[in-house]
Amino acid sequence: MSAFKSLALAMAKGFVRDKMALFFAIVFPIMFLLLFGGLLTDQGTSKSEIVQIGSVAVLDQAPKAALATLDISKESSEKLALEDLRKGDVDAVVSQTGDTLVLHYSQADAVRSSIVRGTMGAIVQSANAAASSTPNTYTLKATQVEDQALETIQYVTPGLLGWAIAMGATFGAAANLVVWRTNGLLRRLRLAPIPTASIVGARVLVSLGVAATQTIVFLGLAIVLFGLKLTGSWPMIIPLLIAATLAFMSIGLLAGAISKTEEGATGLANFVILPMAFLSGSFFPLDDAPTWLKTISNLLPLKHLNEGMLDTMVRGQGPSAAVWPIVILLGFAVVLTAVSAKVFRWDK
Amino acid sequence: MGAHIEVAGLTMAYDDVVVVDDVSFQIAPGEFFGLIGPNGAGKTTTLEMVEGLRRPLSGTVTIDGIDPASRDPKLLRRIGVQLQTSAFFERLTAREQLQSFAALYDAPRAAVGAMLELAGLEDKAGTQTSDLSGGQRQRLSIACALVHDPDVVFLDEPTASLDPQARRNLWDVLRSLNDDGRTVILTTHHMDEAQALCDRVAIIDGGKILQLDSPAALIRGLNAPVRISLAPGTLALEEARGLSGVISADLENDALIVATRDPVSVLTALAGLGALEGLSVAGASLEDVFLELTGREYRA
Repeated sequence: MSAFKSLALAMAKGFVRDKMALFFAIVFPIMFLLLFGGLLTDQGTSKSEIVQIGSVAVLDQAPKAALATLDISKESSEKLALEDLRKGDVDAVVSQTGDTLVLHYSQADAVRSSIVRGTMGAIVQSANAAASSTPNTYTLKATQVEDQALETIQYVTPGLLGWAIAMGATFGAAANLVVWRTNGLLRRLRLAPIPTASIVGARVLVSLGVAATQTIVFLGLAIVLFGLKLTGSWPMIIPLLIAATLAFMSIGLLAGAISKTEEGATGLANFVILPMAFLSGSFFPLDDAPTWLKTISNLLPLKHLNEGMLDTMVRGQGPSAAVWPIVILLGFAVVLTAVSAKVFRWDK
Repeated sequence: MGAHIEVAGLTMAYDDVVVVDDVSFQIAPGEFFGLIGPNGAGKTTTLEMVEGLRRPLSGTVTIDGIDPASRDPKLLRRIGVQLQTSAFFERLTAREQLQSFAALYDAPRAAVGAMLELAGLEDKAGTQTSDLSGGQRQRLSIACALVHDPDVVFLDEPTASLDPQARRNLWDVLRSLNDDGRTVILTTHHMDEAQALCDRVAIIDGGKILQLDSPAALIRGLNAPVRISLAPGTLALEEARGLSGVISADLENDALIVATRDPVSVLTALAGLGALEGLSVAGASLEDVFLELTGREYRA
């Protein structure tokens, strides 16, 4: 027991004192979280700039709420205003002749121009409704479904966390195995009166500790900075992450068993992890991906971790949604560990 | 304290190339035993089989009657190993390395302080191993091998790549290892080191033991001439060659070298001639025995 504790302590100290490992396991993924969370959540909220020529009764009389997404400035010369529009300095120019509202827009920014046209159309429509005394018969309430309804942060957090866990566990196991084999520590430990299981067990414990730290820091930041909301069965991510850590450690073990140098092992781990992160939807959803790509992604452990986390922590599904992913991850760990044991060597 | 090691008919081959060929020897408790030989002679493979890291193709090794390859925890607890490369945990300090190894062997924590003192690393206890000098790292790796007070210690080229001061300094540590009856096995290719430390040495080449005896007996067995060195000009070459008992006399490197197997009569004659300026006398060393046995040609 004291041998197991001292091995785990030695590995943990070795990790905490390795600034590069800390950076790649914790800081690097958080940079992506800040980037994705900060950039994508603000999309589409900036106001459309509109120039009003002379008096436009519809706008002047419109309720404040209807104008919330518009930034209206007034200008007397229509010619100058249209010049600004052509240059792209403003998004639309509005004037009123009698009962006709004229909206100039530029197709240069298609998204923006359609937003302006939609907003103006709605304002005219409600002005018409107000002018006639008949109450509205129909109203439209728009509701989106599935991941589109999830705010960006809700989608991005589980995926990036999955990627971070995959990196931490894979690189930790791979580097540990190769470094200890090349510096002779594995041989040295083999001559110590301790079972091999306590060496492996200590490494698993340290990797689980790293994964737990990553999870707490990640979810904490996403909740505090970006308002991530966890749904009902989110505690199921704990067994999910334990199973995933074992699966990714088995990838690292295999990379470490095959490679002769630390550089080779981390290179090989990178070669596996980065494409896997893209193909598993860690960075963007794969809903629109071709079928063959989705088939490949179903073979990847990270894909099942991501789906399990999305289902339980943001899509509001029950705990049972995590069961299959856990079974698949554990199966993956068993198979790859068995393969690694076949190619494992104690010394160079 | 100490253990009896018995090696009989040890043979090992890789891909049909025999690297250890029918090696047998016995080591008594308290003995300091050296395995010496050129690179690729098979000494490290022999050592690994005795440690139990490798199973021999044929032959047997026992340490107090137990096969080391069985990884019997009772036996492993009695063995201390210092491996060729300095095998340490990454980014731990000297003290933490010793604490980790002590814990692996259930050794008392008090041993850590004693080992830091033995290795002369008290003021480096809080330094990470990567920041220690080569000599300090070697002393630490030996201290890590001794932290559980083993009965048998294996040292694999402990002074490789050290400067002369660091080597001598390490010898002082090594010399005391078998004082309280511990059995020590050392591999080295420094002949002066084997001569200074070992009770008996086995000279290995081509996987076979060529000679096995105490360094002094091996040197006597060589019956090599004694080299008497004098300042140049002390004596004419012809005159020196004419003295009785002289085998040869030559000028080498700013010195007159006289070789003889009868140093007593040659020195007496030189004293009679008053020709003793710059005198020094050198007998054969273990290195001469080694070169005589293994040849002088270069090996990669």
